[in-house]
Amino acid sequence: MTKASVADAPVVARKAGVRPLARQSLIPGSNPRTFWIYLVPGLALLTLIIVVPLIWNIYLTFTDYRGIKPPEWVGLENWVKLAGDTTFWTSFSNSIAMIVAMVVVPTLLGLVLAAMLFDLIGKKFGGKIASFLRATYYLPQILPGVVAAIVIGWILRPQNGALNQVLEGVGLGGLAQNWLGNPDTALPSIMVIMIWVQLGYPIVIFMAALQRVDPELYEAAELDGANWIQRFRAITVSIIRPEIFVVTLTCTIAALKVFGPIYTLTGGGPGTSTIVPAYYAYSEFFQSQQVGYGATIATALTIVIAIVSVVFLLAQTRLERQEEER
Amino acid sequence: MSSTILDPAAAATVAGPPAREPRKRRSSTTRKTLGDWMILLVAILIGLLIAVPFFLILINSFKSPADYNAAGPLTLPTDLYFDGMVNFWQRVDFPEKLWNSFFISSVVAILAVLVSLLNAFALGIGRVRGRTWIVLLILLANMLPQEVLLYPLYFMFKSVGLYDNQWAVIIIFVVIQSAFGTYLLASVLGTFPKEILEAASLDGANKWTMLWRVVYPITKPTLSVLVIFFFIWTWNEFLIPLTFLVSNASQTVPVSIAVLQGDRLMDVTTTSASALLGLLPTLIFFLIFQRTLTRGITAGAVK
Repeated sequence: MTKASVADAPVVARKAGVRPLARQSLIPGSNPRTFWIYLVPGLALLTLIIVVPLIWNIYLTFTDYRGIKPPEWVGLENWVKLAGDTTFWTSFSNSIAMIVAMVVVPTLLGLVLAAMLFDLIGKKFGGKIASFLRATYYLPQILPGVVAAIVIGWILRPQNGALNQVLEGVGLGGLAQNWLGNPDTALPSIMVIMIWVQLGYPIVIFMAALQRVDPELYEAAELDGANWIQRFRAITVSIIRPEIFVVTLTCTIAALKVFGPIYTLTGGGPGTSTIVPAYYAYSEFFQSQQVGYGATIATALTIVIAIVSVVFLLAQTRLERQEEER
Repeated sequence: MSSTILDPAAAATVAGPPAREPRKRRSSTTRKTLGDWMILLVAILIGLLIAVPFFLILINSFKSPADYNAAGPLTLPTDLYFDGMVNFWQRVDFPEKLWNSFFISSVVAILAVLVSLLNAFALGIGRVRGRTWIVLLILLANMLPQEVLLYPLYFMFKSVGLYDNQWAVIIIFVVIQSAFGTYLLASVLGTFPKEILEAASLDGANKWTMLWRVVYPITKPTLSVLVIFFFIWTWNEFLIPLTFLVSNASQTVPVSIAVLQGDRLMDVTTTSASALLGLLPTLIFFLIFQRTLTRGITAGAVK
């Protein structure tokens, strides 16, 4: 691919200098600048719905605003308060638990399961079984959060909840407890729930990506005596790498700003054992009516998410370029 | 939407070299080792474990409150009881909520995919200068915690008379969903097979033609995945619809379930029935369209 394109566009490459490929569009002879028009509708909407509220929000972090009287300028007061706020730091350490439950486990497990379904089960037992299993894994993703909360509420409820009943039924009644009400088990319970919710997402994306893989590649590798793990590493992981990036980044963002399950299941409690930044911001915004401070928490969260995303996207772009120049 | 089957052929015509026939996979369908069966067993067990909560919804939706109180959530209903379902259906005017959710989610899915494709065409194929930063800016829509948007957008929509209007919710979600779509599509289009574009430009196709005749058909499998995701994600959204759709007649299915739930007037089986009815539409949608998830022949055939 690369060889052909360099040969086809020597002029452009010479003009652009050191990194020829990064400076030209994939359509030969067309200037990247002429593509700007395609970004106009998207960027216009983005400015209106996202950028303006974001700036307004940043302004609010420097004010004391209770939602009724107009905002009152207080300088850095909110930020100073934030730095010394233990609840805020607890909420961020809980975010790490959310990243484990929503990114690390689902992506790794999803990669293995997707490859297993596509490469092994799909081929040996038929595509029907593979699609059926994929649909099953994806079920929690289509469940409205409100509904999920109702069901999980039953399962984990201390009195005659399904999980405790099952434990008693198999003679492990001693383990039964108030899963979401006990500070020791609330966060682990939420983590298990989030793994359950998230797992289907990487599986579906990865399996769609695997469709791009030329089946002949697998057959050739198989004929060469490559075993399943070798094929997985050499073919699967390298071909679906763009999707691995997308899944990891979007799940990390989702984990950092997770809100719905906390809101519906625990309200951050008991105490602050399951509080997360987005929920903390929400409770300051709408329960304490400390809009200025809520905005500060939310802005801090946005900054953290933005930094993670920048690091991620730069790494992805660099890898993409290396791949092309190889 | 109608010509999926024709796409690979169309792409091949533009591209010059004919797409290869995917070779029949005959090699190992018959030889199944014990290990293969073990893996299948593990995969099925994981599936069952994931599905447990859904069985619970199902069996409790048809139980009478007395039955539930006597035997708990785990037993099968002693006899089929439909009052919970009927109760919920009438109380929230379910068909109306269903239509609201359906309308909002489908308009968002289609518009968001369109915006994503236009963005990704400029970023992935056009390689506009500074594209990493533009992707990042667009991803802000995804990064921002939604609570941040509530106050400012409330004032904005109120001032233009779109508050309590479904189009407010639609516009917000088109922006949020297309951020993800732009990122995914731009990543995928960044590795778009160049030979096809070169061949098309030799044929004198301009950018607009190339977008719709070459890029669109080849990325259609990914676009369909996006449509499905956007529809389901929008359907399941809660906080923003709750805030911006205050009147009962414009509410979505999840909001109406939550509002009823908040009333604390519902017995357990009505709750369960509402869970079942709240889940069914997205489930049906997913089952209908999950075939498109497997239809990915195109992009691989040209490489």
